[in-house]
Amino acid sequence: MKNAIIKLLLILLTLGVIAWANQTLDSYTLSILNNIGIFAILALSYNLINGVTGQFSLEPNGFVAIGAYMTALFLIPAADKIDMFALVDPAPVVLQMKANFLPAVLAGGIAATLVALLLSFPVFRVRGDYLAIVTLGFGFIIRIFALNEPAYTNGAMGLNDIPGIANFMWIGSFALVTLIVMLHIVYSKFGRAMKAVRDDEDAATAMGINTFRIKTTAFMTSAFFEGIGGGLLASFLTTITPDQFSFLLTFQLLIIIVLGGLGSMTGSLVATILVMGSMEWLRFLDDDMVIFGMHTGAHPGMRMVVFAILLIVMMLFARRGLFGDRELPEIFRKKFGKRMRHE
Amino acid sequence: MSEALLEVRNVTMKFGGVTAIDDLSFKVPGGSTYGLIGPNGAGKTTIFNIITGNYFPTEGSILFDGEDITGTKPDKVVAKGIARTFQNIRLFKSMSVLQNVLIGFHDQIPYTYFEAILRLPRYHAHEKRVRVEAMGILEEFGIARYAEEDATSLSYGNQRKVEIARALATKPKLLLLDEPAAGMNPKETEELSEIIHKIKKDYDLTILLIEHDMKFVNAMCDQVTVLDYGEKIFEGKPADAIVDPKVVAAYLGDFTHA
Repeated sequence: MKNAIIKLLLILLTLGVIAWANQTLDSYTLSILNNIGIFAILALSYNLINGVTGQFSLEPNGFVAIGAYMTALFLIPAADKIDMFALVDPAPVVLQMKANFLPAVLAGGIAATLVALLLSFPVFRVRGDYLAIVTLGFGFIIRIFALNEPAYTNGAMGLNDIPGIANFMWIGSFALVTLIVMLHIVYSKFGRAMKAVRDDEDAATAMGINTFRIKTTAFMTSAFFEGIGGGLLASFLTTITPDQFSFLLTFQLLIIIVLGGLGSMTGSLVATILVMGSMEWLRFLDDDMVIFGMHTGAHPGMRMVVFAILLIVMMLFARRGLFGDRELPEIFRKKFGKRMRHE
Repeated sequence: MSEALLEVRNVTMKFGGVTAIDDLSFKVPGGSTYGLIGPNGAGKTTIFNIITGNYFPTEGSILFDGEDITGTKPDKVVAKGIARTFQNIRLFKSMSVLQNVLIGFHDQIPYTYFEAILRLPRYHAHEKRVRVEAMGILEEFGIARYAEEDATSLSYGNQRKVEIARALATKPKLLLLDEPAAGMNPKETEELSEIIHKIKKDYDLTILLIEHDMKFVNAMCDQVTVLDYGEKIFEGKPADAIVDPKVVAAYLGDFTHA
């Protein structure tokens, strides 16, 4: 009971901070925060299948694309679609798609979930790295579909003038919901079963766990939040093109979850803030700097070099990521002697 | 002796050209402790894997509680009331001792995914219940004080106990133990047989075990089947097995060479 009240207060406090930030901060800071929020949603959900369940998957870019296009098509008014689709006329179903912001974003998530369900049948019947191969191919298929079906996606020109409804209030709240949902999954019989599948699939089966169902559940949950993240991204950027959803997006998320620690949700959150934040904070490195009175000259791209070195150094000192596979409160409790690993 | 709880009926298992099990039949009476012994490679673990549904036998069938369970998926076999341990201990290495045992309760927790996400009352009620039950099992094994330790940080003997405790959590009628005393010193072995006797009574279990330690088998088993190259060469009381010339030749004979 006491825990529940503390949790509720923490949630309200976080929502208050989000609302305050949304009102008072300047648009540059908010755009960084929005980026962090969206990537937090993506990293947290990616970590569920990759870290917690231990199924090496390369899917996020595909599901993010599905969510982004779905939400964008629901949000853009029909008249704008007719103007925008230059190559061919939009398909009738595209013109009919119309929804408010929240249902539009949820539709993106649901579409991604359904695709994940279809993918899981061939993939999880066998063990091994098939998931990585299939999801990698799947990402390419989605991109090629977006490029070659202009009646639905406007091809390489992408979609623009997407109503920019996703402010920090929306994005921050969705990130908070994602974090809570993920932690609730991890600390339940489902989270335990996912970890059991990761640690030893045969032993998990011998405990009566239907590993196919658990892996599919984790995969679909990941896909749902990746779709939602995609929808928020579309509305935040107001412009999407197929090239945004290349393998690089997946790669960036992979860096984040490995850095935070595979299997640690709070680790993914902290790593998102570090990675997305340092992309901005290290910007000064690109400019001309004065060191001991000497001008270094401007080196655009210098921050990426430094960022890469920082990543390497971090992984050398923390091989299993920042938090390993533990959550922040567990590490905290262990440090302070109270050996209570459960809620 | 009451009716057979488990019956292995004319089971043959071929891997390519190799016949691992050749027309094997035996019955495990309910409430008994049954031993499966034989030299390395005799096919003992293969039989376990067939009973638990990991392998589909080339011929023959497995009957449990009068029901044909041949070809049932491993997780469904657990639901029917058969639990197992592994020859090489296979604990969930990222988890604490308590969490390992909680995994065994997976099927007995009825809350749904959405109830867990929304933290509805059923979540709290059942999480609380299984924790109490799991701690009860750990106390029975005398390892409750390690509940929060990493499972793999325990001593070898205690890890064995965790594995058996975890299997017990699935509420089995039949417990399959694959070399439970392997790698234990005599004191640990003795302690283990006491615990197995105790849980057998407390949980109303039937036990089928694979073991090399004849002293342990003698103390534990009501009946044994001796396998050699996939064939049954003896069935009967363990005390008679050690003096049977065929068994001595196939199995104990190995010791004299060693």
